[in-house]
Amino acid sequence: MTTRIFGSGIRRREDPRLITGGATYTDDVKLPGMAFAAILRSPHAHAKINSIDTSAAAAAPGVVAVYTGADTDGVLNPIPCAWIPPDSDVKAVDHPALAKDVVRYQGDAVAVVVAENRYQAEDALELIKVDYSILPAVVNPEAAMQPGAPQLHEDAPNNQAFHWVAAGGDTDAAFASADVIVKDTIVHQRLIPNAMEPRSAVATWTESMGELTLWSTSQNPHICRFLASLVTGVAEHKIRVIATEVGGGFGSKIPVYADEMITSFCSMQLGRPVKWTATRSEGFQATIHGRDHVEHVEMAATREGKITAVRSVIYAGMGAYLSTAGPGVPTILHGLMYCGPYDIAATKADIYGVFSNATPVDAYRGAGRPEATFLVERLVDLLAVELGIDPVELRRKNLIPKFEDGHDVASGITYDSGDYEPILNMVLGHVDYQALRQEQARMREHGEYMGIGVTCYSEICGLGPSQVAGAVGFGGGLWESAIVRFHPTGKVNVYTGVSPHGQGEETTFAQIVSDELGVDVDDVGIVHGDTSNTPMGWGTYGSRTTAVGAAALVLAVRKVKEKARLLAAHLLEAAEADVEYADGKFFVKGSPDQSKTIQEMATMANVAWNMPEGMEPGLEASAFYDPPNFVYPFGAHVAVVHVDPDNGHIEVKRYVAGDDCGPQINPMIVEGQVHGGVVQGAGQVLWEGAVYDDNGQLLTGSMTDYALPRAHMFPNIETLFTVTPSPHNPLGVKGIGETGAIASTATIYNAVMDALRPLGVTGIDMPLTPEKVWQAIREKQGS
Amino acid sequence: MFATEFEYKKANSVSEAIQLLSNDADAKLMAGGHSLIPLMKLRLARPGTVIDIGGIAELQGITANNGILRIGALTTHAQLAESPLVRDSARILWETAYGIGDPQVRNRGTIGGNVSHADPASDLPTVLVAMDAKFTIQGQGGITRRGSRTVAAADFFTGAFSTVLAENEILTAIEMPVLAANQHSEYAKMAHPATSYAVVGAAAVVTMDGNTCTVARVAVGGLTPSPVRGQSVEQALVGQELNAETIAAAANLIDNDLGSDIIGDIFASAEYRRAMAAIELKHAIFHATGLAHH
Repeated sequence: MTTRIFGSGIRRREDPRLITGGATYTDDVKLPGMAFAAILRSPHAHAKINSIDTSAAAAAPGVVAVYTGADTDGVLNPIPCAWIPPDSDVKAVDHPALAKDVVRYQGDAVAVVVAENRYQAEDALELIKVDYSILPAVVNPEAAMQPGAPQLHEDAPNNQAFHWVAAGGDTDAAFASADVIVKDTIVHQRLIPNAMEPRSAVATWTESMGELTLWSTSQNPHICRFLASLVTGVAEHKIRVIATEVGGGFGSKIPVYADEMITSFCSMQLGRPVKWTATRSEGFQATIHGRDHVEHVEMAATREGKITAVRSVIYAGMGAYLSTAGPGVPTILHGLMYCGPYDIAATKADIYGVFSNATPVDAYRGAGRPEATFLVERLVDLLAVELGIDPVELRRKNLIPKFEDGHDVASGITYDSGDYEPILNMVLGHVDYQALRQEQARMREHGEYMGIGVTCYSEICGLGPSQVAGAVGFGGGLWESAIVRFHPTGKVNVYTGVSPHGQGEETTFAQIVSDELGVDVDDVGIVHGDTSNTPMGWGTYGSRTTAVGAAALVLAVRKVKEKARLLAAHLLEAAEADVEYADGKFFVKGSPDQSKTIQEMATMANVAWNMPEGMEPGLEASAFYDPPNFVYPFGAHVAVVHVDPDNGHIEVKRYVAGDDCGPQINPMIVEGQVHGGVVQGAGQVLWEGAVYDDNGQLLTGSMTDYALPRAHMFPNIETLFTVTPSPHNPLGVKGIGETGAIASTATIYNAVMDALRPLGVTGIDMPLTPEKVWQAIREKQGS
Repeated sequence: MFATEFEYKKANSVSEAIQLLSNDADAKLMAGGHSLIPLMKLRLARPGTVIDIGGIAELQGITANNGILRIGALTTHAQLAESPLVRDSARILWETAYGIGDPQVRNRGTIGGNVSHADPASDLPTVLVAMDAKFTIQGQGGITRRGSRTVAAADFFTGAFSTVLAENEILTAIEMPVLAANQHSEYAKMAHPATSYAVVGAAAVVTMDGNTCTVARVAVGGLTPSPVRGQSVEQALVGQELNAETIAAAANLIDNDLGSDIIGDIFASAEYRRAMAAIELKHAIFHATGLAHH
């Protein structure tokens, strides 16, 4: 037996075209007669529109049309929100694609110019005169719910978008009888996703067919088609969405945005192709932001360090409108995860979704789970200090013991499998935790501040059972499907409903097919991202592509294999029960020389000259897979940081990620996902953060003010793994796309606070810029 | 990200460029374009005409004669960073140039364009002030007639994005004394994490006789509208045997030289930057002298 292709770190087949400019992104699409749209955005965070004068713009050179909100009346429906958590009194306020009477955030679309070229469109934008009456604005979600705060929507008093509570166990009793309670206020600042590729859309309306084709930078083209149908009124079977090449998303390309629908509207009005591509500035203002929580959290425990309960009151910013999946993020993906990897009998999440005059918030890598991990891990560290117990020992004391097939936690969900202590031991051994603590003590004697952060996490991903999706108010299913088709020459195409955009599934899915069928990995092509030639699927997000999409794929592969086996039995004139498969060949049990390759079966099935009685021609199968549960990857991470008290500068000296995502199809890709996730999570702790002024003006609206992590800012990331299969997934696989971001924010933050402990600093709002650290130290020294 | 309409003109000589500038009050010079083009794309700059001086041969070249290093204004950051002559004559400039931006910026951006733009957060102005550089400026009248003048670096910068350059003048070259074997130099900065621009930058050039400093030139930038020469620090260094205590004590005096016009923004307040000036300057002097600073 040769080395298995499943589990082999082969190079990504996507990369040559991506790094040599060979990929066709949406903005690369050029169609005959194509016009260009530019969108006028509100410069104000909150204002009444008194009038819009488009006459000068309409008369400008090259301008084809100018539209405002009034032009969309009765033509374009509001932009929908597709995740409405039940029993939460969600106010699904109207979100017109082009603002009508009021603008509610800086960046709200007000008008669109379509011109023969992009420069003409941009020039004409400047000629549109909008008369605004500026209204008071509010950005902070907790402030937005206070009496007297500016109100965004008539239908949502106190700016409350929803109120959702998830409770399990007797939290109140646990707190009432607790020996120790630790509390904190945590602010998860707004993060701005910044995928490398800006959002873009090319819409072309074919009047004679009544068909709309939309190239869109989407992580989920089938959802995009579904929602585009609702917004434009074009029937779903008359819409084709193409998102074959998408340059990163991190969640920001899940939503269906106003801009893509405006572009579609323009094409439908004009009967010619229209392209719109966001500038980077528009990306900052009008692509969703992530996080935006103000959290009041507390943990109850016994004196011995047994954690008994966790509870929160959270103000989760939704921005000015509810984005496609916005309400699901702080609720379902956050509030159910307060146990983490620990045995905690009672948890309660009390979540207010809040409107404010800022860019809408939606899923951003980790989506709710980084906040949950941070909440639990921050409180565990505070508890360790309070009890005088080593933070690792405290964690170990509370870990859920190994389980292989289901473990119920207080919030009501069931983890699939977990074995938390081995990965913790592995990372601690790797860094020599005791030696690190000794080094820390020595350095402190010299006035040097080293900090160690150790985090255990468990996360929920592989979204998810469709029945659960329905129960939690997700406006769709969460199953996946795949078609596996053998061509006459023995080559294979896979058509999948998921939509990878950087994760590497063109490679890993081919590895699965190759492993199962014995065809060369290069003989397998993966087709995705085009609703016209891929089966229905719900897309790539929530670390579900492999856990759900690959599960559907492997079921289809196995159907194909069984058909080929039956065909081989027929051709070998053997009893079906006597034909076995190994290494790409079907052979008669006991006579390995009597065999047929799967390629031979593909040829025969396609020509169909000699098929068994009743067998259909062709070698192809489709399968649908609806997972019985989510998957729950887990791990333990360690960060070592140095803090310079003179200038407040933090240096991450070491980062060790220990993760368990079950069996790995391609370890190199797994490692890459961990690297990216860890650094993205580090960005939140150390550098990133949207800053608005009191008037709702975005002050970090460009790359010169908004700091993204760069390679030189972070040490080599050391990765370690254990393998605990999921009991319910046909491949045993779990997700790995978000674990880095889920664990690293808490790990690095805890390390910094560990470093600063001798200086009396216990908390600083993120990002931990040098000045904030320096000021915090000075305040303690002055007091 | 899409500039307004403008006219593009290519100048083939300094005199032609000056002529074009003189004819058009709404014109802007472009060397590497790395300051101007981003401003135009954001529509923060809207020149009617862009005069491209990028191809003018007489603005090129790095030479060292009679103890003077001469750098043509069109010299790119990459050329500075790759020049053995710059390395041996002005190590601080060589090292600083390598730390500017990224390869694309270094390959296109020029020393002349950089200093003429006079961004307070730029590294080169601070370094050139500490190096006591002289800027050669060409005005109307042609290269053979009166129209050329030389301005000390410290006088060239008059404020944020503001220099002594008149509307029809071009910076043609920058000259500075070649550093001797006993002259040590270093630039230290706190870099903005988004851009690597200087939040606070500090440059030190010290002349040593054994362990004793005989001459010192220090400057700080990033926190002030234009670079500030640290005369109090220099006076405190001269005649001192340099060690951890004397350097720290001298660097702390920078506060006396800073004045009240300190830049503050959402990343770093004026108060913080002021406090960091002494720390970065301390780092610069320590590293220049080769002393370990812990």
